[in-house]
Amino acid sequence: MSTEKYGELTYADVTPKAVYFNRRQILRGMGLAGAALVGAKVFGRLAFPPSSAAADNKLNVSIKSPYSTTEKQTSFEDVTHYNNFYEFGTSKTDPARNAGKFRTSPWTVSVEGECKKPAKYSMDDILKLASLEERIYRHRCVEGWSIVVPWIGYSLNTILKLAEPNEKAKFVAFETFYEPGQMPWATSSGIMLPYVEGLRLDEAMNPLTLLCVGMYGESLPNQDGAPVRLVIPWKYGFKSIKSIIKIRFVKGEPPTTWNRYAPSEYGFYSNVNPNVDHPRWSQATERRLGEIFKRKTLMFNGYSDQVASMYTGMDLKKYY
Amino acid sequence: MPAAIRQILTAKWTKPVVFLACASPLAFLAARAYNGQLGANPVEFLQHFSGDWTLRFLLITLAVTPLRKLLNLPDLIRFRRMFGLFAFFYVCLHFLTYIGPDQAFSFAGMLKDVAKRPFITVGFAGFLLLIPLAITSTSGWIRRLGGKNWQSLHRLIYVAALCGVVHYYWLVKSDHRLPLLYAAILAVLLLYRLAVSFLKH
Repeated sequence: MSTEKYGELTYADVTPKAVYFNRRQILRGMGLAGAALVGAKVFGRLAFPPSSAAADNKLNVSIKSPYSTTEKQTSFEDVTHYNNFYEFGTSKTDPARNAGKFRTSPWTVSVEGECKKPAKYSMDDILKLASLEERIYRHRCVEGWSIVVPWIGYSLNTILKLAEPNEKAKFVAFETFYEPGQMPWATSSGIMLPYVEGLRLDEAMNPLTLLCVGMYGESLPNQDGAPVRLVIPWKYGFKSIKSIIKIRFVKGEPPTTWNRYAPSEYGFYSNVNPNVDHPRWSQATERRLGEIFKRKTLMFNGYSDQVASMYTGMDLKKYY
Repeated sequence: MPAAIRQILTAKWTKPVVFLACASPLAFLAARAYNGQLGANPVEFLQHFSGDWTLRFLLITLAVTPLRKLLNLPDLIRFRRMFGLFAFFYVCLHFLTYIGPDQAFSFAGMLKDVAKRPFITVGFAGFLLLIPLAITSTSGWIRRLGGKNWQSLHRLIYVAALCGVVHYYWLVKSDHRLPLLYAAILAVLLLYRLAVSFLKH
């Protein structure tokens, strides 16, 4: 439905980053310089210095995923300057400003718990476990906004299968890196940290669940969850845990950060569902970044074909 | 020194200057828009901007009376109506960003939302309460209503400001420091009035 509206735009249609970051110089070159405009510009530059360009860190992507949407992608600038990453601040623009000191190398991810082959992986290991694919997913935040992002990675089940989970493993728990020295809001964000998340084993094994190491052709920027995160496109964004250091197979439903903070507002499942409202606001519509008016939110964020069968017979109002 | 301040407060040119100061957030907004710095979600930016300035101007308006008494500067009254009308101006902007981009100009959709969402209900109530105050802000209306009635009517601003603060508190996800700061300032301003009326009786 809504995918048709934008035609077949791809990553190639996104404004090149070099052009984007130089837009002010380009504008200036065009000689748009009424005195009042210059004044406004100078004021703007003093008050809000331009963001610095990201380092060059291209990833080798060999596979274009059939799961990708053809919807118009959100700009790299928006996806890197409108973030929820409370360790670096509670406003959307804080993480881009405050995540600079975050050291993501060296990095180790520990896979452990109820499995036959627990292991520790370096980032190099993770990048070599499987061929990297690009997956252009819709991403819907519980707050009512959404983006379309060309993520890079491979199915989480690749690394999970290597660990050979045993019969007791029913859930998978995830944990984000935590160190107040590198995270200015670590102790003042209002939520209990380190950030933890969890999935049922079948959800974690679903091929849509992405172990993500990059986006827009490059490795992940710090504020977007460097160096490795999950992307679970049919669940609200907060389930897609960032900067993962631990993956643990467990018997029972693990605690999750937002559920612990407000159990009546954020459930363990948190599947995107236009029919089940957040207690304080509607989930029927969402604002796609870059658009003015809201659009209808789709059941399971439009991924029903791939995931609905995991929830047959479940009351999704009860298990929100 | 107080004489000098009083001279400034009563001078002809101070009103236009204060007016420009009250309108300066709009210049800030225009500069940001021109520089393409309304962020990834300009609608949300405009909503937060107009909401913040509504609350600030409500508090500034409510601060006039205590400051007049405490600083012995009765001439501050010259600016109170302007402050109040600026609060109304910013709340109208705030409402427009809601009825437009959020509700796609659907009156029915808006009413449903107002009925269902407590933080919208209380925000909308605050907005409605300010409308009669803006209408009756002229000298003509003060005369028509009589000073006493007019004053009673305009005490609705206490309720409106309370609605605004609660509206803000209820919509925040986890970091409540800013709404609590507004609530604390409002509490001081209202307690001052309570204390004054208590001492009078």
